[in-house]
Amino acid sequence: MSKIPIILKREFLSRVRKRSFLIVTLLVPVLISIVLAISIWLSLQENQKQHILIVDDNYPVFQQIKNEKGLSYYYQDISLEKAEKLMFLDGSIYTGILYLPENIMASNASKLYVKKQPGAITQRRIEKQIENIIENQKLLYNKIPKEIYNKINTEFHLTPFKINENGEESKINSDQAFVGFGFAILIWFMIMMYGTMVMRSVMEEKVNRIVEVIISSVKPFELMMGKIIGVAFVGLLQVLMWGILSSILFVAIQFFFIGSLDLTSLQDIQTTKEVGRVNHTDIQVLLQDPNFILNRINFAVMIPLFLFYFLGGYLLYAALFAAVGALIDSESETQQFVTPLTLPLLIAYVMAPGVINNPESISAVFTSIFPFTSPVTMMIRMSIGVGDSGGLPIWQVLLSMALLILTFLCIIWLASKIYRAGILHTGKRPSFKKIFSWLKNA
Amino acid sequence: MADILRIKDLYKSYSDHQALKGVSLSVVSGQIFGLLGPNGAGKSTLIRIINNIIAFDKGDVCIDSRPLDQFSSREIGYLPEERGLYKKMRVTEQLIYLARLKGMSRFDAKKAIKDWFSRLDIANWDKKNLEDLSKGMQQKIQFISTVLHHPKLLILDEPFSGFDPLNAQLIKDEIMRLKKEGTSILLSTHNMASVEELCDKISLIHHGEIVLDGRVETVKKKFGANKFEVVFSGTSQSFSNALWIGAKVISFKEKDDTITAVVTLTGRMEIKEIIASLIGKVEILSFRELLPSMQDIFLRVVAPKEELIANE
Repeated sequence: MSKIPIILKREFLSRVRKRSFLIVTLLVPVLISIVLAISIWLSLQENQKQHILIVDDNYPVFQQIKNEKGLSYYYQDISLEKAEKLMFLDGSIYTGILYLPENIMASNASKLYVKKQPGAITQRRIEKQIENIIENQKLLYNKIPKEIYNKINTEFHLTPFKINENGEESKINSDQAFVGFGFAILIWFMIMMYGTMVMRSVMEEKVNRIVEVIISSVKPFELMMGKIIGVAFVGLLQVLMWGILSSILFVAIQFFFIGSLDLTSLQDIQTTKEVGRVNHTDIQVLLQDPNFILNRINFAVMIPLFLFYFLGGYLLYAALFAAVGALIDSESETQQFVTPLTLPLLIAYVMAPGVINNPESISAVFTSIFPFTSPVTMMIRMSIGVGDSGGLPIWQVLLSMALLILTFLCIIWLASKIYRAGILHTGKRPSFKKIFSWLKNA
Repeated sequence: MADILRIKDLYKSYSDHQALKGVSLSVVSGQIFGLLGPNGAGKSTLIRIINNIIAFDKGDVCIDSRPLDQFSSREIGYLPEERGLYKKMRVTEQLIYLARLKGMSRFDAKKAIKDWFSRLDIANWDKKNLEDLSKGMQQKIQFISTVLHHPKLLILDEPFSGFDPLNAQLIKDEIMRLKKEGTSILLSTHNMASVEELCDKISLIHHGEIVLDGRVETVKKKFGANKFEVVFSGTSQSFSNALWIGAKVISFKEKDDTITAVVTLTGRMEIKEIIASLIGKVEILSFRELLPSMQDIFLRVVAPKEELIANE
């Protein structure tokens, strides 16, 4: 009977039982949630009431501007210089000056001078009011009734579709690729993290000499595979935990913000925009919007693919890391091996923005098929869609997967040879010539 | 008795040198077999081959009358010279893990651990990590890990290094007890005193070849050169006369009323004839054959040839 399960179990349990595993598993989703929550909170929160002094070169056109929650307007017929002096007087209540220039109807732009940067929502509120007034002015000037305007007001969207000779259409969606990029970064990060974990573990067994006792009981290949697969399970468990915890926290954050937010104030923004379009600042609206990026991603496809490319990429690189671990005797030696080893992954990562912009370029196609880069690049291209539902030809995906499997089998075979000779080799680090002779003779 | 280990005409070469050149040896069941030799002689290679850690080029290796294969490891307990266990793993878990790799069930391993813990008086260690133990204690755990699965053949490489005299004796006693229970032991060591104390047979390996082997007494006799030590009271004159043509005196040493003489036989008279002729001339207090120590034999066999010539 193979002894891989016994080794696998030890490798798995010895890591999962560590406190550091628990901490990382809990901390990552919590940190992500905190960052997410803070960014939402910051964009929604206005901690200081703004007192805006308005300088209107078209006085009194913008007199109809109304105070809002957290925003008071002071409409006076003064010059900009005077307004500045007023703002910086001792005891001045003004926090900003809204300067509406004479040509505002043509330029559609104005300046807001502030002592302190206002929040995004405050800024949006001011913009909406001015926008409404300008639009109303223009309607009046052109003698167009508002009802007519609302009927003809158009917001046009352009969606690029790719068409092939069979007449099948597919949607190109580069912003979806950013979600793929997220998956790709996760794969990159996890291959590095768990790969080095395998390397350390191999090195530790070699340095503390227990490896001699163990390989007198099991084949070196079994030991290496038990280790690699055991750590893979640690990774899968961690991803699963992250997935579950993140989902729970994500739902919790949603509830928290929807519950605590003064939603009416958000709705205000939308309703004040009388002739307006849909406003996406509201988190609830955002999450329910079918156009929202997370809602456009086909998770039923992406998650299995993520697992495939994570496992494939991990097994490939972990075998190499195991071989490196068998060649070195100390932590300080790791870097000079790890850097060249993971260079392809790094290249794929650096190329990612290019792939997002042009997922069909030759370099993108090549790196998504080449096994040492495909786990990263293919995730990005994949998020755009496969086959009927998207732009990626199915043969490329299948070729990429097949090559990944084949390559990792080859690499594991080669790595096990280096591993077998390396773990017994102590003293001077073997030369590349020596390693080559191991590969040849073993 | 059957041989637990039989090695015939074993060859092994590395890319840069020939490590073993036709090594043959056999370990009889229930014996303690000493594998001696200077550093780099090929002992470690031989031990690794027996443990199925490295492959050999040519020859036969049989464990318990079966050619070496992946199941042989169950019959072998191996204590390498360079010790090591997982530092951050609990002692008991570690022992169970190693025993399971040898094919033992968790249940049996636990039972055997309990026995060994009580035998070596270490009952309270099961919850501790290895790194929390003293070096000597770690060595004890390592020894237990070697014998836990009841191997038929124990391969011990410098088993006493790192032990204080008390614990070394404890381990020696355990080795003798295991021998009595039928376990065969291959002992590789540079400690010649323990070879004389423990081993039944030895093989001395040098430059990848067996240069000397046999039972310990036989080997010693072979290097003994027929020297005897006689302690007597009387005069050296009458002692020398009594020897006549049977033996030559090498040295006399007088102390108090006794004289210690070292003589070497000439081969013209039997030893009992010499004793008979001495009796009546001097009063013999003791008479014993002077055998070389294993240390002397080792040095004589493995010392570079030039050195020997210089000494002669």
